[in-house]
Amino acid sequence: MPAENLVEIKDLDFAYEDRPILQGISLEIPRGKVVAMMGGSGCGKTTLLRLIGGQLRPSRGQILVDGQSVPALNAKELYALRRRMGMLFQFGALFTDISVFDNVAYQMREHTDLPEEMIRDMVLMKLNAVGLRGAHALMPSELSGGMARRVALARAIALDPMLIMYDEPFAGLDPISLGIIGQLIRQLNDALGATTIMVTHDIQESLHIVDYIYFMSGGKIVALGTPDEIRASTHPFVHQFVHAQADGPVPFHYPARPLAQEMLDRGTHGG
Amino acid sequence: MADDEQRPAALTGALRSLGHTVTSAMQRLGYATRFLLMLLRWSGQSFRRLHLTIREIYFSGFQSLLIIMVSGLFIGMVLGMQGYDTLQRYGSAEALGVLVALSLVRELGPVVAALLFASRAGSSITAEIGLMKTTEQLMAMDMMAVNPIARVVAPRFWGGVLSMPLLAALFSATGVFGGYLIGVVFIGVDNGAFWSQMQASVDFRYDVWSGIVKSFVFGIAVSLIAVFEGYDAVPTAEGVSSSIKSTVVKSALAILALDFILTSFMFREAG
Repeated sequence: MPAENLVEIKDLDFAYEDRPILQGISLEIPRGKVVAMMGGSGCGKTTLLRLIGGQLRPSRGQILVDGQSVPALNAKELYALRRRMGMLFQFGALFTDISVFDNVAYQMREHTDLPEEMIRDMVLMKLNAVGLRGAHALMPSELSGGMARRVALARAIALDPMLIMYDEPFAGLDPISLGIIGQLIRQLNDALGATTIMVTHDIQESLHIVDYIYFMSGGKIVALGTPDEIRASTHPFVHQFVHAQADGPVPFHYPARPLAQEMLDRGTHGG
Repeated sequence: MADDEQRPAALTGALRSLGHTVTSAMQRLGYATRFLLMLLRWSGQSFRRLHLTIREIYFSGFQSLLIIMVSGLFIGMVLGMQGYDTLQRYGSAEALGVLVALSLVRELGPVVAALLFASRAGSSITAEIGLMKTTEQLMAMDMMAVNPIARVVAPRFWGGVLSMPLLAALFSATGVFGGYLIGVVFIGVDNGAFWSQMQASVDFRYDVWSGIVKSFVFGIAVSLIAVFEGYDAVPTAEGVSSSIKSTVVKSALAILALDFILTSFMFREAG
């Protein structure tokens, strides 16, 4: 019987050279759920996705995906695991030299020996799921931002992955596209029987569609809960985030010397 | 007081930056070597899908044909004029064919064709790979369990390596035709003498073959520099532009240095 959690992370530390990014992260992502990782820009959310995908190695701690320890896998095993993962990058990362159709067909052609007619049917079905079957012949440069994101979504689910990861799926979208992407994330997760991890800072949209939310700040998990628990939370960081206040536990200013002192010390830049 | 303290500080500062330059250059060289080994390791996989390499031969080889042949023609015509001017003073204008053919086949063909190839094809390979990295396409490919070195880098490298000797040969051939056009058709050097002297004096083993070896070595150098600079580019607009500049400058220096080394070996062998 498979474990209840698809992804399990224990006591995870990660640093770029000597700059710590993540400290003592522990979390579980249950199968079949849509989980959001939230936090301000630069809090280590995207780094966490890369660690789960095996693109980075942790300095300490455990990352289990479907029972396999990701940092311990060799290149071949890691690729085998990644075939069962789909990832949507922040700006889509579509291959710009091939059409929408070929982008979605890419993994099917790389990893399977399916005949071209079957690939055609599968690609059109995936594109239909995101509402862009009619755009299959376009090149990525001809798409709007929201359409490109949806094509990237179709590409991410091309091989029916068990785990779908989204890096800022809502960034830079108009309200209509944003709502569409949000609905798609939920629908595709449930239709494919997949598990979804979504890194985002769009709290309002996320509260509608996710099952569980982790809040991160300064490389640590500071709060967690279901959308209802988060809405009712009195935790100062969560409160600042949910109500979009400029200052609070997350300071407005980047750490600096007092302004008055900075003004008096002329001739020394920074220091 | 500051003077005594500052002088040693300036000295150690200079030493430190010299040391830093040397160690970082060594580190990069080591990284480039590891990159080459990775490239060779993954080349087998990319050869199994030959159409990828053939496509790159089309892009970097075939599409460079025009500039290579036009340059070859003009250099051959100039050689014809300059060569005739000098040779006729010694009454040996019939040797024009030998002069044109030897200068082209031994030196100008491989060197100038490689310089043109670096600026025409090398720079565009760097730009393409660098931009794919900047737009996260390489990372997306890696997350789809498709190795970007096998899929993107190796075909471009081998496309360049295979195109280079052919381009150099065509450069020399059009150059010889240019010399013929000026020498025989316009100036009136004896047609039979032009070709027969060339045939008698150009040795396949020492002249033609050494030109082929040179252009093959230049092809490896330019292609490796181009793919490495693109793959290693800092993923910003500024980073890609600086990588393209690096490709052109480093290729030119590598071609000239390698030409000197190869020529000195070949002369010793021939003598």
